Amino acid sequence: MSDPRAQILGSLRRALGREAPAADIAAGLERRLAEHPANLVPRRTDLPGAALIDLFVRMAEAVSTTVDRVPDAAAVPASVAEYLARHNLPTEIVMAPDPALDAIPWDSRPLLAITRGRAQGDDAASLTGAFAGIAETGTLMLLSGPGHPTTLNFLPDTHVVVLRASQVVGPYEEAWRRLRARADGGMPRTVNLVTGPSRTGDIELKIQLGAHGPRRLHIVLIDDAPRP
Amino acid sequence: MQATSRAFKENAGAALNDPRLQRALGNLRTGFQERRRAAVAGLPEFERLRDEGRAIKDHTLANLDWYLERWEANVRAAGGHVHWCRTAAEARDAILGICRAVGARSMTKGKSMIAEEIALNGFLAEHGIEPVETDLGEYIIQLRDEPPSHIIAPAIHLTRDDVEATFREHHDELPAGRPLAEPRQLTDEARAMLRRKFLAADVGLTGANFLVAETGSSIIVTNEGNGDLTQTLPKVHIVLASLEKVVPTLEDAATILRLLARSATGQEFSSYTTISTGPRRPEDLDGPEQYHVVLLDNGRSAMLGTEFQDMLRCIRCSACLNHCPVYSAVGGHAYGWVYPGPMGAVLTPGLIGVEEAGHLPNASTFCGRCESVCPMKIPLPKMMRHWRERQVERGLAPAVARWGIGLWAFLAARPALYGLAARLGAGLLGRLGRRRGRFGSLPLAGGWTDVRDLPAPEGGTFRDRWAARRRQGGR
Ligand code: SF4
Repeated sequence: MSDPRAQILGSLRRALGREAPAADIAAGLERRLAEHPANLVPRRTDLPGAALIDLFVRMAEAVSTTVDRVPDAAAVPASVAEYLARHNLPTEIVMAPDPALDAIPWDSRPLLAITRGRAQGDDAASLTGAFAGIAETGTLMLLSGPGHPTTLNFLPDTHVVVLRASQVVGPYEEAWRRLRARADGGMPRTVNLVTGPSRTGDIELKIQLGAHGPRRLHIVLIDDAPRP
Repeated sequence: MQATSRAFKENAGAALNDPRLQRALGNLRTGFQERRRAAVAGLPEFERLRDEGRAIKDHTLANLDWYLERWEANVRAAGGHVHWCRTAAEARDAILGICRAVGARSMTKGKSMIAEEIALNGFLAEHGIEPVETDLGEYIIQLRDEPPSHIIAPAIHLTRDDVEATFREHHDELPAGRPLAEPRQLTDEARAMLRRKFLAADVGLTGANFLVAETGSSIIVTNEGNGDLTQTLPKVHIVLASLEKVVPTLEDAATILRLLARSATGQEFSSYTTISTGPRRPEDLDGPEQYHVVLLDNGRSAMLGTEFQDMLRCIRCSACLNHCPVYSAVGGHAYGWVYPGPMGAVLTPGLIGVEEAGHLPNASTFCGRCESVCPMKIPLPKMMRHWRERQVERGLAPAVARWGIGLWAFLAARPALYGLAARLGAGLLGRLGRRRGRFGSLPLAGGWTDVRDLPAPEGGTFRDRWAARRRQGGR
């Protein structure tokens, strides 16, 4: 028998001292996958809505993400423009072709030069939405798809993310729940969990930001009603 | 990678006398140990999560065949391909085949210890494909043509000065007088050099921290974002993973992810945790057109069901290296193969044979720190002892050690004789060493007395004193 697959599975079964698992065992394994029970979930995120948002912001800031909280979508363009100006960045930004972002009144800031699409190697700044914010570690959850090309998360030096407070969840398990409940079901090509800007400690274990991905990660957080 | 583990003693001796290396290793304490301690202190559930992590892996290993088949079916359903490989040679051939099918000339690589294990870079170069390491540390050592000395900080044996010299030598198209004194400048220079390579590569290869059976996904954890550029920009993404990486569900991955970054770098969570499932979808604007997983056994299935099975729980966090007094003293290269430190001392004999790597399980003080910090509660010292036993069984231990242990065993089985011999020995040594209280050299004990004195015994043997104490009514 020279088929590597059959040989490897065969040696695993020999090591386990059995053939394929018995029917009742296999049924239990099936159930475990179908029900995907949560293991111990740290209590850190057991917080009411507003405090959960505060935890998200605190954890994000602890890893060098910057956060600007704004009252509504109408305030987003000014926040983005001011952020770029404050860091002496050009006002050109490549934006994800995301209908939720199109709903923001960008015309109120005509000086922002917005293009839509994926990122190229020389784009300085990108702007995307997010699927969720995970308060446990101040993490953004970004799903690839036609409305969110992955290159926007990694190629530009500066990544600006628009997030709504209602998108903030507690632990990773709650984010998985929302992921599975999406209308189109199934996994996207990538789920990017992003916690702060790119960093490296490879030279004498001293932390440097912006190794290959963005040097700056900025969140514009729209304070709509948090989840209860 | 050609193993030089047989030369551990010579390698270690040279490392101890290398002041530059000793300075670089001095960063371990603040860089890893203190950060880990703070991160663990920040999560009250950490201890219980260790037990859960161990249980998840034990459950998966007990059903490994079933979970791998289920994972494979889900990879296929998402449009990906799985290549089962028994050996390093099969894995190299599978990777070359994928590259050739798309006419690849260059491959960017995220950090992968398995790629080191199968010695992929040299093989690709021989076949006309340029491998480009993109993790900053891996990039530095690739320029220097050195192997990694640590499983997550591959260039930890180098100082900033070394990196500057390396860049000046290899980036000779850049102005000679450019400032490169700061780590920031070095990082920026590597970023600029590698950006071009990222955009030009035909194939991107990453490792995997986890394979998820439920979804057919692979997960990588990085801080630099190089793994993401590696898998997003080229036409083809190859994941190179060993078969024990599988976990059942995303929930299980979350539990172990909570342990991983805290144990490794002392972060709450690494910058980038990326869950990849299949190639780009028809409506996507970017991402690879092909997604392959090269699944490697290379000796792991032979560890299942043995006293070394627990090692298959390892998540390659490096905590055991970072807290090991031996690793801290000699660094990773002394171990002579891909995996150094306590995890390497257990894994390496399993993968390349105890004949090659027999020194490694002996390079331990048995202080137990590795096991106490291991997030997966792997009994590393116990398994090192198992390897020593196998060495003795196969007559591989050095003659003096075999003879000494044989004599001890003979005496230990004869308590009266043992007591007599111990009394004679202690009495003799006590008299000989009475004046100085210690010995600077002793026949047969040069390994000890060359570097430190042996205290001379004072008074009788332990057994005699114990018996005397009992007679006096002590406990
Ligand atoms: S043996 Fe434990 S501590 Fe060492 S790398 Fe593996 S999981 Fe981490």
